[in-house]
Amino acid sequence: MYDLIVIGGGPAGMAAALEAEKNGVASILILERAEFLGGILRQCIHTGFGMHYFREELTGPEYADRFVVPVEQNPRIEVKLGAMALELRPGGETHTVIAVSKSDGLLELRAKAVVLAMGCRERPRGALNIAGTRPAGIISAGAAQKYVNMDGFLPGNEVVILGSGDIGLIMARRMTFEGAHVKMVCELMPYSSGLTRNIVQCLDDFGIPLKLSCTVVAVHGKERLEGVTIAGVDERLKPIPGTEEEVPCDLLLLSVGLIPENELTRGAGVPIDPATGGAIVNQNRETALPGIFSCGNVLHVHDLVDYVTLESQLAGAGAAEYIRRKNAGETVRAPEYVPTKAGEGVRYVVPQQAEKNEAAGVKLYFRVGGVHKNAVVRLYANGKELARKKRPRLAPGEMEHIEIAPRQLAELPEGAELTVEILE
Amino acid sequence: MTKEIICVACPVGCGMQAEYAEGGSIISLTGNSCNRGLAYAQAELTNPTRMFHSTMRVEGGPLVSVKSAAPVPKARLMDCARATFAVRVRGPVAIGDTLLPNVCGTGVDLIATDRTI
Repeated sequence: MYDLIVIGGGPAGMAAALEAEKNGVASILILERAEFLGGILRQCIHTGFGMHYFREELTGPEYADRFVVPVEQNPRIEVKLGAMALELRPGGETHTVIAVSKSDGLLELRAKAVVLAMGCRERPRGALNIAGTRPAGIISAGAAQKYVNMDGFLPGNEVVILGSGDIGLIMARRMTFEGAHVKMVCELMPYSSGLTRNIVQCLDDFGIPLKLSCTVVAVHGKERLEGVTIAGVDERLKPIPGTEEEVPCDLLLLSVGLIPENELTRGAGVPIDPATGGAIVNQNRETALPGIFSCGNVLHVHDLVDYVTLESQLAGAGAAEYIRRKNAGETVRAPEYVPTKAGEGVRYVVPQQAEKNEAAGVKLYFRVGGVHKNAVVRLYANGKELARKKRPRLAPGEMEHIEIAPRQLAELPEGAELTVEILE
Repeated sequence: MTKEIICVACPVGCGMQAEYAEGGSIISLTGNSCNRGLAYAQAELTNPTRMFHSTMRVEGGPLVSVKSAAPVPKARLMDCARATFAVRVRGPVAIGDTLLPNVCGTGVDLIATDRTI
């Protein structure tokens, strides 16, 4: 029996475990399915991590190591590597996690609280409906990143990248350094979902063209990929007949979005927000099931790991407070919640509800649906404005936030809804 | 002379227009939101630099990730990539270890960003 089980040993799981321990939790178990801690950061060898949290520009492995060392040295945190959680069974007093590992076999583990920190997966080819054969040489950008950066293999020489997310852009530069010829990056939308600095540093610096409003409509080759057909798309994102062009290549990388990995969450009956693909949570990142928390990319896909760390600390501290109350036998009054809502121009808001008496105030994180220049972010409830801020640029690829002060939150009338909207 | 430059100093990515003299010194700059933009634009016109990151092979083991301890000239990035490819390092490696001093004569060291133990 543990106080807390954390599922996932990436940046989210490690930050949650460390914060829970700092707040007095005595026995913590981290389950990690890989053979090492750190998650996806270990293969992200470029810099750009930690500017907000550490005020330093670190690589992924360096950022991970700042958490791996304290986790490994902490006697109150146990880590099981190569351990895959298969099922989460919520209970009233304790929750059960079924896991399997090579060394321990099948495990039935119990804890007072659980933090879900499983991260996200890349959207696979099957989600795209590209016509053609099924040759080798079509992989996700993250898979290519693992082959190149961790295993030391170059998965192709003539490369086309579909999707201009940051992983795709980073891999365009990385494959170039390793001697491959990256022919182009095709993006379905009329804008890139990647950071402008990555377009400059990863494409422009190496003369790699970015084709906007363009997609792959067919793949060619039987055993091995021999080429793709690309085509321009109209405003409704449909391919325009007559614009097809054949591009010979032996590798197609897909960088077409990330999906929170919530099979365990769904299996446990935790309610999911269709807009984020993650659990519905309160300001402590506690789900609708008491004692089950969710944080990091499994809750919603983040742009920066720094925000994953901050969010996971909220979950870790929330879990610690939950466990403290359980241990003290305190009965908790059902909290009074204010729901949050995505208004005009906003795709989603996390957390989905905030406790009215939250003494620290609540930061509402959100993503916009399109690109805005010189826009205003406005937070209101029942027609009354609570906060506003000017932003020179808003883009779907970047997470934004706006804060509500504790007094404003406490004074909201019954039935109020907190809405975030964008004004041009 | 004038040049359009997109700033990469932070995620905002300001589009800047620089007017510059022979040799690259900036006469006027518009479009930047802060002074980091000016510093970046000046570097772009005289000596553009970038951070370099790659991996090196460890003898008898996996790879270890490396970065340049400081930005290197942009024009030398591919030279750095080729030089890195040829190196075999002897483990164990700790974060911060210098694995290739003065890469390609740039005066910048390549250092480990991960550890093998």
